[in-house]
Amino acid sequence: MNIFCFGISHQTANVDVRERFAIPDSALGDSLARLAKIPGIQEGVLLSTCNRTEFYVVTPDSQLAVELVFRNFYGAVGVAELEHIFRLPALHSVRHLFRVAAGLESMVLGETEIFGQVKRAYEAATLSGTTGKVLNRLFQRAFHVGKHVRSTTAVSRGSVSVGSVAVDLAQQIFGDLAGRKIMILGAGETSEKTAWGFKAKGARQLFVSNRSFEKAAALAAAIGGRAIKFSDWETEFRDLDILVSSTSAPHTIVTRAKLEPVLRTRRERPLFIIDLAIPRDVDPVVHEMDGVYVYDLDSLQAIAARSLEARKREADSCDGLIEKHVTEFESWLNQIVVGRLAPEAIEYPGALSPK
Amino acid sequence: MNFSDRVWVELALMSYVMGFGYSVYSLVADKFLTPRMTFWAICAGFLFTNVFLFQRGHAIGRCPITNSFEVLVFMTWSMVLIYLVIGSGYRLSLMGAFTAPVASILLFFAVALSPGEPVARKIAVNPWLEAHTSFSMVACGAFALACIAGAMFLIQEQQLKTRQPSSIFFRLPPITELSVANSRLLWLGFILFTVGIGTGFLIGGRINWIQAAWSILVWGVYGGIIIARIRHAVAAKWVAALSIIAFSLLLSTFWGIQFISDRPSF
Repeated sequence: MNIFCFGISHQTANVDVRERFAIPDSALGDSLARLAKIPGIQEGVLLSTCNRTEFYVVTPDSQLAVELVFRNFYGAVGVAELEHIFRLPALHSVRHLFRVAAGLESMVLGETEIFGQVKRAYEAATLSGTTGKVLNRLFQRAFHVGKHVRSTTAVSRGSVSVGSVAVDLAQQIFGDLAGRKIMILGAGETSEKTAWGFKAKGARQLFVSNRSFEKAAALAAAIGGRAIKFSDWETEFRDLDILVSSTSAPHTIVTRAKLEPVLRTRRERPLFIIDLAIPRDVDPVVHEMDGVYVYDLDSLQAIAARSLEARKREADSCDGLIEKHVTEFESWLNQIVVGRLAPEAIEYPGALSPK
Repeated sequence: MNFSDRVWVELALMSYVMGFGYSVYSLVADKFLTPRMTFWAICAGFLFTNVFLFQRGHAIGRCPITNSFEVLVFMTWSMVLIYLVIGSGYRLSLMGAFTAPVASILLFFAVALSPGEPVARKIAVNPWLEAHTSFSMVACGAFALACIAGAMFLIQEQQLKTRQPSSIFFRLPPITELSVANSRLLWLGFILFTVGIGTGFLIGGRINWIQAAWSILVWGVYGGIIIARIRHAVAAKWVAALSIIAFSLLLSTFWGIQFISDRPSF
């Protein structure tokens, strides 16, 4: 009896290939039922996200399992596609799952969404009755490892995109964003992403203004905000807490002279301005005013880059933690498995070897 | 020298120093250590000061605020009490990281510079004197925490203005909440201090005008800060800075007033 993991991921295949192997959530139950019927598969969990499709199985014959699963699920698999499939035997698959749960195998290092995806995959398998003693223990251990790594290291700390850095900064200025008034000025791609970021963090009062009112209305409808005419945005400015500006204006539209009378009526409420425009919408001297914090693209990108670097540095220190848990799991497995796990060779597709 | 109760203060000092040291290590090493450690170290320190105050109060038959040593211990106890009451809303770890060093400094001066012997008071307990000193000390605890919230505010402000937020930035409470905390603590301290001064005039007997003048000066300084805040005459960062300056003034002049005054209380 061996634990075995095989599949494709963003490290081994591009999106064209991943699309072909992806299993939608709606088909997960049926797929698990099919997996359970394949001869030799004693236990199985299927993890399918936009970045990976992975099968975790317990089987006496791993080589045969790969062939049977792929034939059953995907019919004829070409030689070119087979090259993208990785196969991880025994403890390598244990280590891989622990790393996946901790976000160390993710495209954006340390991201947290994968933890929930692994959890849902396991819950689906449990509901379908395809897990047993080994995979139950393995996945529960993986959740523990995922939490341990995130809580004791900085691998998930900081934001690594401009939008999420802006939202994080806003939370460090205002705390709860629910009662904050946020204006999106200019409906560009980055400002739209930032608006969604605010929405995800609980912002309720979102206003969108754009030279094209139709665009503003469309974005406002999507994020549950209110569209206002571009000519009226300055009148709303007085009560704003956060301004996300990304207009195509050739000159600055927020200046010290414009802000000074507004700030006098704002009491002690800070004003956070995210200037995503090139050329900039906000005069840089505005940042020097008391209670006003202006962050432009460069400053946001610099913070994101520092966070990513810090995560990469921290990832190395996670290996020791993971190894400790792998060893513990191996000890447990040795107690229940007759004989040690076979030291099989790892088969990676070409040079794109996962860690 | 009553070593048996003084040792509780020394244990409390050790707890606060450990809590502070742990926080500094966590921040300097940029480690993700469990923030509860500092909190529990502060709780232990608080417990030890409670034991001291109980034993000393029992020994002298009144509220133990009869000399500089006791006053500093009581002031530390008041500050930590307020921290424990309001702390949960302000991320325990870093409020603790800032509270622990202030508690350590206060207790260090208490242990190092004060005799600490219990004074067997022959005088009858005057409830107005007890109320006066207790309210004044708890007010000082609130001013100490306002000073801490102000320091945290200025760190956040500096990090935001330089646009290079470090890991400490994301572990401190939001700047808006710090501003609110600073304001509320100033108000709390001011109200308690006002009550303390008011009850001081009801003690009876000869008024110590040096102490009275000093108390009114402190009251006036904090009153001025609060008025400036209400009228928005100064920015939040200046209120934070003034909270630090005012508490530093309070602490530094406190020793001089104690020295030249023959009455050990405020």
